[in-house]
Amino acid sequence: MAKRIEVSDLNIYYGNFRAVEGVNISIEPRSITALIGPSGCGKSTFLRSLNRMHEVLPGARVEGKVVMDGQDLYGPDVDPVDVRRQIGMVFQRPNPFPTMSIYDNVIAGNRLNNKRMKKAEADDLVEKSLRGANLWNEVKDRLDRPGSGLSGGQQQRLCIARAIAVEPDVLLMDEPCSALDPISTLAIEDLMTELKEQFTIVIVTHNMQQAARVSESTGFFNLNGVGQPGRLIEFNPTEKIFSNPDEKATEDYISGRFG
Amino acid sequence: MTATKAPSEPTQKPAVRRPGDRIFAGTAKASGILILLVLAGVAAFLIGEAIPALTAPAEEIPGGEGLAAYIGPLILGTLMGALLALLVATPLAVAIALYVTYYAPRRIAAAMGYVIDLLAAIPSVVYGFWGLAVLAPALRPFHTWAADTLGFIPFFAGPASSTGRTMFTVGLVLAVMILPIISAISREVFSQAPALHREAALALGATRWEMIRMAVLPYGKSGVIAGAMLGLGRALGETMAVAIVLSGGAGATLTLISSANPSTIASNIALKFPEATGIDVNTLIASGLVLFVITLGVNMLARWVVNRRADFSGAN
Repeated sequence: MAKRIEVSDLNIYYGNFRAVEGVNISIEPRSITALIGPSGCGKSTFLRSLNRMHEVLPGARVEGKVVMDGQDLYGPDVDPVDVRRQIGMVFQRPNPFPTMSIYDNVIAGNRLNNKRMKKAEADDLVEKSLRGANLWNEVKDRLDRPGSGLSGGQQQRLCIARAIAVEPDVLLMDEPCSALDPISTLAIEDLMTELKEQFTIVIVTHNMQQAARVSESTGFFNLNGVGQPGRLIEFNPTEKIFSNPDEKATEDYISGRFG
Repeated sequence: MTATKAPSEPTQKPAVRRPGDRIFAGTAKASGILILLVLAGVAAFLIGEAIPALTAPAEEIPGGEGLAAYIGPLILGTLMGALLALLVATPLAVAIALYVTYYAPRRIAAAMGYVIDLLAAIPSVVYGFWGLAVLAPALRPFHTWAADTLGFIPFFAGPASSTGRTMFTVGLVLAVMILPIISAISREVFSQAPALHREAALALGATRWEMIRMAVLPYGKSGVIAGAMLGLGRALGETMAVAIVLSGGAGATLTLISSANPSTIASNIALKFPEATGIDVNTLIASGLVLFVITLGVNMLARWVVNRRADFSGAN
């Protein structure tokens, strides 16, 4: 559980367009790392390159190294499917499978791993994962109903339950609260602080207060202009980023004097 | 509901209606009503013309054993040919649609989709000749083999046809004919499976096939069923190709590979109608009525299947 990720000299491309260049970062286990920056600066692209979801798009590719506890994720004989089983992901918009019940949504990932689970085992896992996502009490009486009938915040927590049910080493979250109201956002933030006991969490967020509230380390991404690749400008402990950043650009961005 | 009763005279102001809206609503309503009228007209014609055959004494019906004995084998033949076609075409069409949408390189996919669509443009009489001249002789060895090795299954009971003009060949010809319908609709729904859910599956560590099973097939299921039912409708009503290929006219048999085949309703009408007089015409129309009812039933069944799990369809 909870592994360290070392990224060195990472360039990310969409076809011939270099979207992100020269990222070096070390993501600590059992902590929350936040990535902030303006739209289009490549932070989501970078996040998706960590579990090899980037290359799902046609023409998308990556240069450089991403190493998780000594294992090169872009090594020649590494199957991206295995990488994604170790590094879970929660998306911007809640995306439970509409054709599955809440119960089936939670164990969808486990069913993939070809584990023929006993009913009791599956029941336990569903309860554990839903409790882990703080959703159990709200849905325990309607586990056989479709996941799409839940509210947005509940759906997002269902997606988190689905992601943690396979017990990944790392959990990536791509603006998980941007489609949610403040109450649901708070619920997810509380959940993240609980989850970091077990997982390495990387979160992309547009909400700087959120980054300040939940994360230990923060990375600031920026780009010089439209059509230029995004770069990691500064990566430091969150306290330092928000009180005394090394870079002028970071200070301008977090104090709203940007652009 | 508890507070006040609705006033006896509703004082709702009539909403402002723009002329464009009114014209469009009127045309749409008229078109809808027209379709119902046409359908009702066809049904009324079929029933009206079929009544003499329904009420006639058994020995006046062609064959001399009554209407049920006349139409029964035809129904069996129609269903056998169409179901065989559906059985062969649906998996193939789904596989083609999946290949075109998720596996093939983009350029090949476009070309392939185009070629499959072209299959739908070939006139059925051409299919008939192809079935008679090419497919039937080519399938003769299979017929013999099936009768020898699979003969214990009623569908493959011998003796094998020496011409290949059997229900089996008809089923395959029909399968090729309905393939483009099913695959075009499947392709359309598969390509619309939301990226959101496809990525959810991939991010859980699904392989491409698992992603298709989790996010694409469930989403496209109702579309595939709808396409299959459209195809089944065409297979049930197909006249020319069946009339050319099949040497029908024998009584009810289950075997697909012998030369004693029941004919199908549509091809039987086409072959017999030119020389039919009197009660024979009514009998043929009665068989047409049966085909009408079967097709209607198939469509309603499909609708029921699609709606059964509407909660889980992803449309909400």
